[in-house]
Formats: sequence, structure tokens, C-alpha cells
Amino acid sequence: MTHPADSSLSPGLSPTLAPALAMRGITKRYPGVVANDQISLDVRPGEIHALLGENGAGKTTLMNVLYGLARPDEGQILLDGQPVRIEDPADAIARGINMVHQHFMLVPVLSVAENILLGEETMANPIFLDRNEAHRRIVELGRRFGFEIDPDVKVGSLSVGWQQRVEILKALYRRARILVLDEPTAVLTPQETEEIFAVLRRLAQDGHSIVFISHKLYEVLEIADRITVIRRGKVVGERIPTETNEDDLAELMVGREVQLTVDRGISHPAGVVLEVDGLRVKDDRGNEVVRGVDLEVRAGEIFGIAGVAGNGQDELVEAIVGLRRPAGGRVSLGGTDVTGRSPRAMNEAGVAYVPADRHRFGLVLAFPLADNLVLTSYYRRPYSRGILRDDAAILRDAEKTIERFDIRTPSATVKAGTLSGGNQQKAIVAREFGREIQLLVLDQPTRGLDVGSIEFIHRQAIDKRNAGTALLLVSAELDEILEMSDRIGVMYRGTIVAVMDGRTADKNEVGLLMATGGAEHGADATEGRTA
Amino acid sequence: MTPPVATPAGRSAGAFARAAWAAIALPFVAIVMALVVGALIILVSELLVTGRPFQPTLPLTAYQALFVGAFGSFDGLVATFVNAAPLVLGGLSVAIGFKAGLFNIGAQGQFLMGALGSVMAGVAVATWPPFLAIPIAVAAGLLAGAIMGFIPGILKALSGAHEVVTTIMLNYIAVGVLAALVSGPLKVPRSPSPVTYDVGNAAYPIILGRDGHLGILVALAGVAIIWWLLYRTTWGFEIRTVGANPEAARYAGMHPRAVIAFTMTLCGMLAGLAGTGVLLGVSHSMTSSFGTTVGFDSIAVALLARSNPVGIIFAAILFGAMRAGAGLMQIQAQIPVELVDVVQATILLFLVASPVLRALFRLRGVQTELGSTDTITRTYGGEAVR
Repeated sequence: MTHPADSSLSPGLSPTLAPALAMRGITKRYPGVVANDQISLDVRPGEIHALLGENGAGKTTLMNVLYGLARPDEGQILLDGQPVRIEDPADAIARGINMVHQHFMLVPVLSVAENILLGEETMANPIFLDRNEAHRRIVELGRRFGFEIDPDVKVGSLSVGWQQRVEILKALYRRARILVLDEPTAVLTPQETEEIFAVLRRLAQDGHSIVFISHKLYEVLEIADRITVIRRGKVVGERIPTETNEDDLAELMVGREVQLTVDRGISHPAGVVLEVDGLRVKDDRGNEVVRGVDLEVRAGEIFGIAGVAGNGQDELVEAIVGLRRPAGGRVSLGGTDVTGRSPRAMNEAGVAYVPADRHRFGLVLAFPLADNLVLTSYYRRPYSRGILRDDAAILRDAEKTIERFDIRTPSATVKAGTLSGGNQQKAIVAREFGREIQLLVLDQPTRGLDVGSIEFIHRQAIDKRNAGTALLLVSAELDEILEMSDRIGVMYRGTIVAVMDGRTADKNEVGLLMATGGAEHGADATEGRTA
Repeated sequence: MTPPVATPAGRSAGAFARAAWAAIALPFVAIVMALVVGALIILVSELLVTGRPFQPTLPLTAYQALFVGAFGSFDGLVATFVNAAPLVLGGLSVAIGFKAGLFNIGAQGQFLMGALGSVMAGVAVATWPPFLAIPIAVAAGLLAGAIMGFIPGILKALSGAHEVVTTIMLNYIAVGVLAALVSGPLKVPRSPSPVTYDVGNAAYPIILGRDGHLGILVALAGVAIIWWLLYRTTWGFEIRTVGANPEAARYAGMHPRAVIAFTMTLCGMLAGLAGTGVLLGVSHSMTSSFGTTVGFDSIAVALLARSNPVGIIFAAILFGAMRAGAGLMQIQAQIPVELVDVVQATILLFLVASPVLRALFRLRGVQTELGSTDTITRTYGGEAVR
């Protein structure tokens, strides 16, 4: 595959250069599925090349092939025009290919320098590390790419954005020429995203080739020189940001027209369903991470909580749904005090909960899908009588649910762990949305999902709201909060520092509040902003 | 990942064969490898130790005798079943613990206490009619086992005390209690050796051949009940959920602590019932040295069967057969019966070190299909061991 027209459009590239990386006709089959079907990808020196696709489209498989974690059944990899065979990740690293994973592979108790040296020790002699030389190179690399960092700082004390830079530094330290970033912005604030983009641009200018895996369309449009879209294991198109737009990309990616922003219409809030009063909650280590939160969610409205991950949102939500006993304060549901009630009591009171960590809380991966669909109702009719399970009823309803919520699965009896992330989340949504509820708590409901699934879940949530359910939405994705919420509360270090109207909220203002908590946050500011 | 699209026809035969192989590949390879190791030990001991003329076919002779002893005659077969019966119940005890994410090393102690409970009650009702005496003796064994299971269960539920530690401790306590009672209050007065009275009418009736007692049926009923409990009831669903993902169990409104206490109690009852079977079916009275290694062998049985209730029948028959055939092996090949222990221990070693086997025999597909998400137990940190 050649695209003679493209090179002239990518600034700063010499068209005569061979691609730094070329993958040709890569095919990888797994039993019953072709994960990669004749995929070709060219990445030029100094190019930021976005790989766009839904979850399960084959992006990860392709990168595993590149990184030596999977052997392709067909096809060829060329580095600088030379065919190579990549045996394993060590081989890939030796050839200058490095990966920055979505979940950082860093040791929090070690320093920046120690983390960088792990696996690639710079030795003064066969026994001792050459720390001075390592420090010198780390500082120099950081300076060159615009982020100076103290090599002696413990990684655990760094913000997420800086931890990511450590990962990038680690790759650069290993003399990476081709850098693969897997969903690098998933955990960042808008400001941090801008900063990391600046770093990536510097890297590209310096001649590094970057493969940027993402499903966030606007980001891809902003950062990439070229975009390759994959769907169901095949390349379905190549685009240049200046010649495309979000709708075009979404359609390519999903294979049909997608409504990117849900038209949420006007809310008609009624009575207060959830009332939280001065709630204080401790985390597992005993630190008070929710420090007096007050909030109200009415029937028929979506209350969004914006905030950088780790500001107490998870603990707040767990206290509301009964998974965590509050240290103080009150939670009321429809006027009844339900503070400290058990998860089952809350469930029966009409509270549905889509947890942030679907593998930890939401699903039992080793169980069949059908069992997971009744995880919160298995003990009730029609799924059981007394202690006797009614497997026929469980299966029958599972099949109906699969149909109704369009969960893509070979059958109701496959293990939940074999489904894609999007389908796993659909299963949870199906379980939690598919019954009579008065309050729906959504914690990061679309994290790591593809646009198709996000659209689906958002539409389901809006439908619930319009049917008069109260929704509490927690998300680290500011765009999701802005798009979905009728009212927005910004959470910072365990308190809600501001509440504003969802229709008029300004992205930069919310982003700033998320990052700093506002200059003079406190009671005055909160009241001043209450919508 | 896009869900695999498989045609209905393609799933049936080939997929079934693959699934079947995936389920038994690892235990099968472990057994074969253990037999190979046993053969090497026989050869080496022949060469270095016995000083007899070297017979390169001795391992074959030995294994043949072992097989004939266990399956070659009706009496041999019955002996195999009698030996397998307590292993079935003990295996279920360990397996149901695994299902709940618990490692019940205390099966031995629960086994001993079950036997002790049965002998105490059995002696007391020895002259009653059997239809009353047997249920009473069995109930006493179940109760004693249940107490031995409940203690570590409630300790774990209330304080998090790890069941591996507490059940090992309780094994020692069981041995001590048994010795004290049998040489004290339960001892036949003026008997020269510490031995209890006979259980008389409380003994299991013989239902098969010369030695085949009711315990064989009890064991099979145990398999059916435990399978039904695990897969057909909400209790079983809770046990399996707590084992597979305790956090999700809490989210689903279950009470993992209560489930843990309940499951350990059930473990104790099953292992106790194994002890009851040996006492009422075989020994009929108790000496202070009562105590086979059934409780420990049960761990191997459960691991070999990968906690599958039906698989436990086959694993227990294998181990039972080795016990039953060992005598003939000793007579015909002059190989000490302890070789059987070596083979059993080697099977366990290979199973525990299953990643080694997987790498050696390229059982790669097996690794995922075996359900790498099935939890065997949890470490001190609560991390799942799969």
C-alpha cells in the first residue's frame, strides 16, 4: 500500500525516506476469529501516526505482533525497509521499538532513575550501577524534550501525567525510535493532555516515529499526522486530519453513522431522590478521602461529578451504594435515611450501580455471561425458588437481555472474561438498567470503551433520566461529564468545590477547578456557583 | 476482542474433544510423569541398594502387579472402592474449600474428629437396632467434623486469620485430643492397649463382596449432593462467587464472611464423614494410632480433579487403587508399598508445579481453556492463586 499524496501533506517529512516502520499484510488468526486480516501500516520517521479503532478491532493484536508478543500467521514487518523478525519484547526493544502501556509499568517506591534503569541497567562495572551516568542522561533527555525531572524523586509521589512522562523517558533511555502509546490520555486531565501532546510533538520533530492508539476522535485529529482506521481486523481507511472530521472518522470506525453527542434534551427534574449530607468516608488505608460532601440528585436529572481520578469519587460512590461504611454524615434515599445499609438493601431499595472497575466489582469473569446477568438478583424469583436455582429461567432471560442490549457474544453460556470490554460493560448496564430503579449510580461507565458502546450507554442513561430516574454520574472524562450532565459538581480533594449548570459550564473553567480546586474553594465559592 | 464466530456444527465434535483434552491433559500428564519417576526410583534402588541382580523390566513388573492387585479380581476391585470412598469425601471437602477460595489443609484433623465422634456415639448405641444406631453414629461424626471446620471458618470470617495456619494447628489438636480420649475415658477398662469398644450395630453394613461397606454409597451420594449444591442452588452460587471474586460477591449483596464460615463448616462435615466411613465401615473401633493419611491424600485428590466433583471420583479411585494394589506389588516385585506414597507425592508435585509441565509439554492451549480464571486459593495478601 502506498500513498504518494500523503507525504507532501505531512510537514517536515522527506518523501524519499523509507518508512521507519512498515507492517505489510499482517494476518493473525485465533480460533474462530481473524484478529488481524491483511493489515498494512506505514509509519514514517518523525510521524505521529494514529491507530484508530473500536475495542476488539485488532489494534492491540497488531501492536502485540509488533512488540513480539504474538507471532503473525502471515505478513512482514520492515524496519527502515529491512524485513525483520521480532522474537519477543526484548528483541523489539533492542530494535528501537518501545511501548507505553495504558497501565503504567512503574514501581512506585523506586525513584525515577531506578525505574528507568530497571531491565536496562547502565553499569559502571559488572557489579555496580553507574548512577551518575544514568542521572546525566535522564536529565539531558528530559531537557531535550521539554520536561526536566529530578531523577531521585520517588515515582509514587508523581502525578499521573508525570508518571507517563517517566514511561516515555524510559523508552527514550532505551534509544527508542518507534514509540507506541496505548490510549495515553485515558487517565489525564485536559491540561495534562495538552502537555503530553507538546512532548510528543517535540519527539516527532526529533525524528521519532510515534504510533498513537486511541479511540478519542478529537485527540487523534489534533495530534496525528496520519490516521489509520481499523474495523473488525481490517484497515478500512486512511485519513489526514485536515481532510476529515469526527463524524467521518466515527463512521469509518463503527461502520455506520454514529451520533457522537447524545441530544440530551431538557431535563424535567422532580423531587429529590438522593440526598447526601456532610458525608465523610475513609479509604482502605484509613485516610479520610471524602471530607464532608453535600449533594442532591433529583428524579429526572443527571448530576455529574467531575474530577481527576483519586479525589475521593470512588469512595463517595461506594459509600452511597453501601459498599463502604461512611465515617460520618448522612445518605438519604427518597427521604429515608439509608446511611450504612448493605449493598443488597440498597439494591432492593432501587439503587442500581455500574462500578468503575468492572473486573473487580462488576463481573465474575470466570462465570458464564448468564450468571453475571443475575449477579444481583440470583436469589429472587424467577431465578430461584428457595435455595434452588432455576437455570432455565436464568438462561431464558439472559437470551432476551442479550438481544435487547445487543451484547455480542456467541452464547449466554460463554465466560464473561472472554467478551470484549464494551460487551462486558453492556452486560453490567443490562443487569443494572433492566429493572425498576429510582437511583442509578454510574462510576466511569464508559472508561476504555469504543464510540459505539459509549453511544449506546449514553443513550440508555438519557432514556433512564427521561423516564424519571435520578442519575449520579462520576467520570474522569470531562467531555463525558459536560455532554451528559444537567448539573455538574467538581470534586477536589474530597469535597465538592463547585456546582454549576451543565448547559452553561465552560470546559476550561471546570478543567481548572479539577486541577486546582479553585483559588478560594470553600463554602462561599460553592454557594456562589450553585445552579 | 470480537467474539469468536463459530459455526454450530464446528463447535460440536472438534470443540468437545478439545475441551475434554483441556480438562484432563494436565492431570493425565502429571500421572504419567509420576509413574515414570517411580520407575526411575525402582531402577536406581535396584542398582544401588538391594544388591539383587539388575532387572531392567522390574518397574513394569511392579506396575503390572499394582494394577492386577487393584483391578484384577473382584476382591481387589472392592478393596479399591473401599479405599477410594473416604478419599472421595475428603476430596470433596478440600474441593469445596477451593471453590470458595479457601485452602482446607485441615481435612486430616476433621477426618480424625469425625471418626472420633462416630466411635463415641457408636459405642454408646452399639446395642441399638442398626436403623437407629447407624444414623446416630453418622450424625455424631458430621457434628464433630462440622465443629472442626466451623472454628477456622469463623476465625477467618471475624478476624481474617488465614485458614492454612489455623487448620494446620487444628490438625495437631485433633491428634492430641484423639490420643488423650482413646487412652483415657474411651479406653476399654483393663485392656492392655489403648483401644475403644466396638461400635457394634452402628457399623456400616456390607453391601458388596466381603469388605464393601455402605460408605461407598455414602461417598457417591456425597458427590451428587455437593455437585447439586454447587451448581443448582443459590448457596453454591454464593460459594463460587466468593471464591472467584469476593469483591464482586460483596457488590452483589452476598456476605463473603458468612459464606466463608458456612463453607468451612461444610468442609469439616465432609472430611468428618470420611472419618466416619473408615471407622464404621473398616476399623469398627479406635486405637490411639488411628489415623491414616486420608486427610492429606484428599488434598492431592482435589488438586488432581481440579475440584470437579465428578473428577474427584476418578482421582479417588486412582489413589484408592494404588493403596489396594500395593500389597500385591510388594509380594510379586518386592517393591515396598511406600512406593505408592512416592508416586502420589510426585503427582502432587507435578500438579503444583503445573507451569513447568505446561512448558515441558507445550500444553499452551490447555492453559487458557482450563480456565485460568478459576481460583485455587488465595495467598496471605488475598491474591488469587490459579
